[in-house]
Amino acid sequence: MLRSVGEHFKLTVNGVPTEIEASGDTPLLYALRNDLELKGTRFGCGTGQCGACFVLIDGHPAPACDTPLWSIAGKHVTTVEGLGPSGALHPLQETFLAEQAAQCGFCTSGILISAAALLAKNPKPTEDEVRAALDRNLCRCGSHNRMVRAVMRAAAGART
Amino acid sequence: MNTVADARLRRAGSLEKNPRLCQWLRLERDGTVSVFSGKVEIGQGILTALAQIAADELGVALERIRMVAADTSLSPNEGVTSGSLSIQDSGSALRRACAHARALLLERAAERLGVPVSGLRVKDGTVRAGGRSTSYWECADKALFDRDVEEHASLSRLPGEQRVVGTSSPRRDLPDKIAGRPRFIQDMVLPRVLHGRVVRPPHGFAGLDSLDDAKARSIPGVVAIVRDGGFLGVLAEREDAAIAAQLALRDAASWKESAPLPRDIYGWLKANAIDHRVISEKVDGEARSREARTLAASYSKPYISHASIGPSCALAQFEGDKLTVWSHSQGIFNLRRDLSLALDMPEEAVVVRHVEGAGCYGHNGADDVALDATLLARAAGSRPVRVQWMRDDEFGWAPCGPAMALELRASLDPSGNIVAWQHDLWSNGHSSRPGRSDQPALLASWYLARPYQRPSAINMPLPAGAADRNAIPLYDFPNQRVVNHYVREMPVRTSALRSLGAYANVFAIESFMNELAQAAGADPIAFRLRHLSDPRAQAVLEAVARRANWNGWTPREGRGCGIGFAKYKNLGAYCAVVAEVEVGHEVRVHRLNLAVDVGLVINPDGVRNQIEGGAIQSISWTLKEQVKLGERGIASLGWEDYPILKFSEVPSVEIELLDRPDLPSVGAGEAAQGPTAAAIANAVENALGVRVRDLPLTPDRIIAAIERE
Repeated sequence: MLRSVGEHFKLTVNGVPTEIEASGDTPLLYALRNDLELKGTRFGCGTGQCGACFVLIDGHPAPACDTPLWSIAGKHVTTVEGLGPSGALHPLQETFLAEQAAQCGFCTSGILISAAALLAKNPKPTEDEVRAALDRNLCRCGSHNRMVRAVMRAAAGART
Repeated sequence: MNTVADARLRRAGSLEKNPRLCQWLRLERDGTVSVFSGKVEIGQGILTALAQIAADELGVALERIRMVAADTSLSPNEGVTSGSLSIQDSGSALRRACAHARALLLERAAERLGVPVSGLRVKDGTVRAGGRSTSYWECADKALFDRDVEEHASLSRLPGEQRVVGTSSPRRDLPDKIAGRPRFIQDMVLPRVLHGRVVRPPHGFAGLDSLDDAKARSIPGVVAIVRDGGFLGVLAEREDAAIAAQLALRDAASWKESAPLPRDIYGWLKANAIDHRVISEKVDGEARSREARTLAASYSKPYISHASIGPSCALAQFEGDKLTVWSHSQGIFNLRRDLSLALDMPEEAVVVRHVEGAGCYGHNGADDVALDATLLARAAGSRPVRVQWMRDDEFGWAPCGPAMALELRASLDPSGNIVAWQHDLWSNGHSSRPGRSDQPALLASWYLARPYQRPSAINMPLPAGAADRNAIPLYDFPNQRVVNHYVREMPVRTSALRSLGAYANVFAIESFMNELAQAAGADPIAFRLRHLSDPRAQAVLEAVARRANWNGWTPREGRGCGIGFAKYKNLGAYCAVVAEVEVGHEVRVHRLNLAVDVGLVINPDGVRNQIEGGAIQSISWTLKEQVKLGERGIASLGWEDYPILKFSEVPSVEIELLDRPDLPSVGAGEAAQGPTAAAIANAVENALGVRVRDLPLTPDRIIAAIERE
């Protein structure tokens, strides 16, 4: 059984100090989804190319599928479930709903993470900056323009 | 709303096969209404639109409608959620079922309140007359809906009732999906679940030669290695252990070599057709005698991947001799049938429950992974098994949209009108979905120790068609011959990809219409209009021309503007597209304008979302996408080999919905793909003076076309 070789990793997930017992090579994605039951971070490719599994690691978007547990001990991880203040939606999630900015919604979590990282760094982005910031995230349904509008709307809301 | 199309049918939509009222709805004690549909949510918003229809016809608030996820033990069998038919099939059935239910409830209410039905007022299921009131829920009893739906039940409204049909009700599934709450099948948890992965051959249809599974077995948490002939899989307590074991098994397995793939797929298709069906023929000798000039051109479309962002996933669990499968299949009843075939189990012993997945865009790995999970569950006792495909499983093993070769030929008379038209297409079949053959259409079943034979992809009959979907032009040509050359042998497994053959056929027809317009010295839109007598077709072309300021377009260096048009399946939505492109070292689409007619619009924002999504996906197909073939199999197994359109490459998309409240509603999800491809190709020609006839319109293809000119 895996537990016999499991190591213990301490990290902070959505503000909560957490200990995970697993092999150090375990990608963060599976620790989040299966050990912590945070299912909003999704598997898409396993090689960091689609963005469906993006989380914030110390504030920077990174693919959880390609991030081994050993590399993030002691760090702060934010998943889509932890973007907003506890129990509430992040302003981006509100504007995504207002713009109905999804079709299947599978890529949405990762896109919210990228957008939140952008707005934290650049609260008044241009549309081109939003598109560039989301270029590491793939959307197959063609909901791109709605999502860009939702990000711009969240930025506009934050200004007023 | 009785229409010609409705009157042709004996029963509206899916009522034909599911006539009982109780199959469609049930009043619940908590004041809600459970609505059963066999159609499934695949990101297109169908459950929201169907809830709107049900709420209106029943006369209750939308919030009272609970859409029950499709389930073979509960739901009407509505076949496959495909072909942009859900509004027609399920919507029209549900509308009549709910109208009949309402009529029955009002009769009961009238009895209770002692007044005629005409004296009732209804609001949100509460029925009033004089000072007294009752409710639907008080009037319903178990037997009330145990009868056939009567379609003549009045669909008229009582005064003061609000309608939600025609309004942009927000999607009911998006709050969960945007909050990141578990909602997808990929998120589903069952107690004591085991994680499974399957090891496929490196390519093709090779069998397993030898295996040394010692390394995989030594991985902590691995519970079982499952082998049945050439089917090889692993079960583990942890998902990451299952993946590690999958990789170890891949290294440790040696496979028989499969047959090499043809190098020139289009030439191969033309050489290997076994059936040459003339699907349309019109002869007019007098018009033919006016032929002054003949043009011919060849077009091609490669294999295209569904390329869902979320790889396919399923869960399966045996309890004694009963099997339950959770799947994001588009056709849960057909999946049940093929599972029972593959496992040699009675169909009644299998339940398939639909759980939402990532967008599929057609027949991807959803059904296959359900058999994978089931085969592994056989080795798991009563524990449930979850299998999710990895990215390379999905790219390498899900069916592809078929490659197609097309040849068009047409003649103009001296005044520049088309007097003769010929369209030949070569393609594999466009459907190998489950439920349509006496052999299971599920991948793993062809590798078992007692293997089933892989069924060939087939084409559904016209008028909807499949490879030949939209091959018959909507234009009025006096001489016309359209031939579908069917290729049965499949070097690459093919099945339904959104819009099926319409994408390539419309690309070819609409590209060729521009070539002919040019030869005739005519404006491309004016040229189309003078060959079209259908007023709805004319209306979308005229609307998009206005919207895109077609007549005010000024050519600039490297910039072009192009038109594309189709009526999807020649039965469904009308869609005209104007694309504006810039061609530098690659093609960039700057703007798309679309005009669309889907009849009565159930949910305007939903239609816009589907049209825009279809158009953007088509830009991606048209500019970038082709499945790369290696010597023996699919070589594009990751996003690095199969790039799709990125955020910074997506243009602004503007859509005009033509209002047709008196015409039947048709689906919107597949209307834009063909016209968008043609509009882009025509815009590229407008920018460069060079015609690119082979998809995708990559820099290489454009350079090759320039060199050819």
